[in-house]
Amino acid sequence: MARPADRVLSLASRVAAAASAVVVMLIALFVGWEAWPALRDVGSRFVTDSSWHPAAGTEAGTFGLLPMAAATGAAAAGVLVLATPAALLSAIFCRFYAPRPLAMIYRRLVELLAGVPSVVYGFWGLVVLVPLVRRLEPPGASLLTGILVLALMILPTVALTVDAAFGRAAEEHLAGGAALGLSRPTLIFEIVLPASRSGLATGLMLGAGRALGETMAVLMVCGNVVQIPDSLFDPVRTLTANIALEMAYATDHHRAALFVSGLVLLAAVSVLVLAAGRWGGVEPEMAS
Amino acid sequence: MSGRVRAGAFGPAQLGNGRNDRLLAVAAWTVPVLVGGVFGWLLFDLLRHGLGGLSWTFLTTAPEAAGRAGGIGPVLFSTLLILAVCLLAAVPVGMLTAVLLSGVVGRPPSQMRSTFLRSVRRSLDVLAGVPSIVFGLFGNAFFSIVLGMGFSILSGGLTLACMVLPIFIREAEEALRQVPAELRLSAAALGLSRTKTLTSILLPAALPGITVGLVLGIGRALAETAALIFTSGYVDRMPGSLLDSGRSLSIHIYDLSMNVAGGEPNAYATALVLVGLLLVINSAAASLSARWHRRG
Repeated sequence: MARPADRVLSLASRVAAAASAVVVMLIALFVGWEAWPALRDVGSRFVTDSSWHPAAGTEAGTFGLLPMAAATGAAAAGVLVLATPAALLSAIFCRFYAPRPLAMIYRRLVELLAGVPSVVYGFWGLVVLVPLVRRLEPPGASLLTGILVLALMILPTVALTVDAAFGRAAEEHLAGGAALGLSRPTLIFEIVLPASRSGLATGLMLGAGRALGETMAVLMVCGNVVQIPDSLFDPVRTLTANIALEMAYATDHHRAALFVSGLVLLAAVSVLVLAAGRWGGVEPEMAS
Repeated sequence: MSGRVRAGAFGPAQLGNGRNDRLLAVAAWTVPVLVGGVFGWLLFDLLRHGLGGLSWTFLTTAPEAAGRAGGIGPVLFSTLLILAVCLLAAVPVGMLTAVLLSGVVGRPPSQMRSTFLRSVRRSLDVLAGVPSIVFGLFGNAFFSIVLGMGFSILSGGLTLACMVLPIFIREAEEALRQVPAELRLSAAALGLSRTKTLTSILLPAALPGITVGLVLGIGRALAETAALIFTSGYVDRMPGSLLDSGRSLSIHIYDLSMNVAGGEPNAYATALVLVGLLLVINSAAASLSARWHRRG
């Protein structure tokens, strides 16, 4: 069976697969490599320094990443608070309340929403949402604006995952539940929702990963002031926005410090993705 | 298969009664109304402010005064070049990887092979979640500096190729798996080689699904901004070669709205061009994939 062309195909496909797998390692390697000088010379001051003035060098400069990490965390948390109920209701609508054609149209709409570029969301947030929030409380470019824009961006990811999980759960359990004469809300909350818990967890983790890693939209609407936010109306700067803002002129340890924040993001997102894969793989029955 | 079981299937009297049901119905209808409303708002806003600036001249002439005046000709051209580099790199590697992962060619995997396949899959899952700004950092460190490409279309395109790879592989693998096994078995019974089976039978049969993957990848690449800022760069002149810096549509929107006072009108028009392109591309992918699934 070992014809020459087949050997070439087999070899080429294995090399290509290895190359595809290596990309993520290359990313970790090179980001880590560039980050190393700062990790070595600045070390724990990334956590202990209270401000961010890295351009002054390792001695005089300060390297506190906590304010920006707090902003990133606060934004992701706010997004989950908004997007979780919205995604659940969205899936409930599609599976249980919408007439079939409308559910199809709505799903298509959500898919289109997922395809709008983040820079366009950011631009729209900047020209439309920021002035609206400013009317509530200046300056307008704030954590709240960021959360609103991000929630809109993340919703499709979470909603489509939950919708798919609902579909599987409904297929398995719905007829039985209906035969018991349960009402629609009881069916949804007592049967379908518990059965799709792992799908919901997967969707939320993927959504959280996107919220942590999103750059353009938050860069454009959050105001970019380095501080730990006291309120939703405070302008903040996330880790991602910081990289985008400062890479253009950063040198030496400043540049390395930006790669450190990239490394932190990479680690956080990898944990979320791998956890999502693990939870998603667990059968709903076993998870309960 | 659909799993869409509705009130109608059991009779509304049984499922749809009670105050809780009405409350939930109201709540469930709010989200689509809101989502549709916001999407409409966004589109309407782009059309209202962007449509006026749109013309053939705008699409073909060079930007002037940092983009406040003039058009987006070179930006559009650079975007297409970046996209071409991205696809030329991602499609062959992705296609071969998908062939291996789908397992439609060759023997059933041994213990070692299946461990290898599992780790490839796991790596691709993580790759799909890597934030775009981290791709930008990587592209800058690896393609621009270590490989010496500088700020160039080549560097930006290759960075995007890394991003698009997992999306394309997932769809292409799925498409190959959906090809009925009888086709493959008949080809083997006729004594066709594996390569011949792949090129003459599997690939044509899987083509619609592979095209969906391609179109999704194009959508992802066109929408990307953060990965390009520090790889393909900002220069808005017409690129002379792949080693020149070139500005993408997405970066043009970012730059005009954040760094150029009075850049808003042209930012609107450019955003309209980009969103229009993406809507066409995503609708094409959706209808292709609908047709593909109906057939399968």
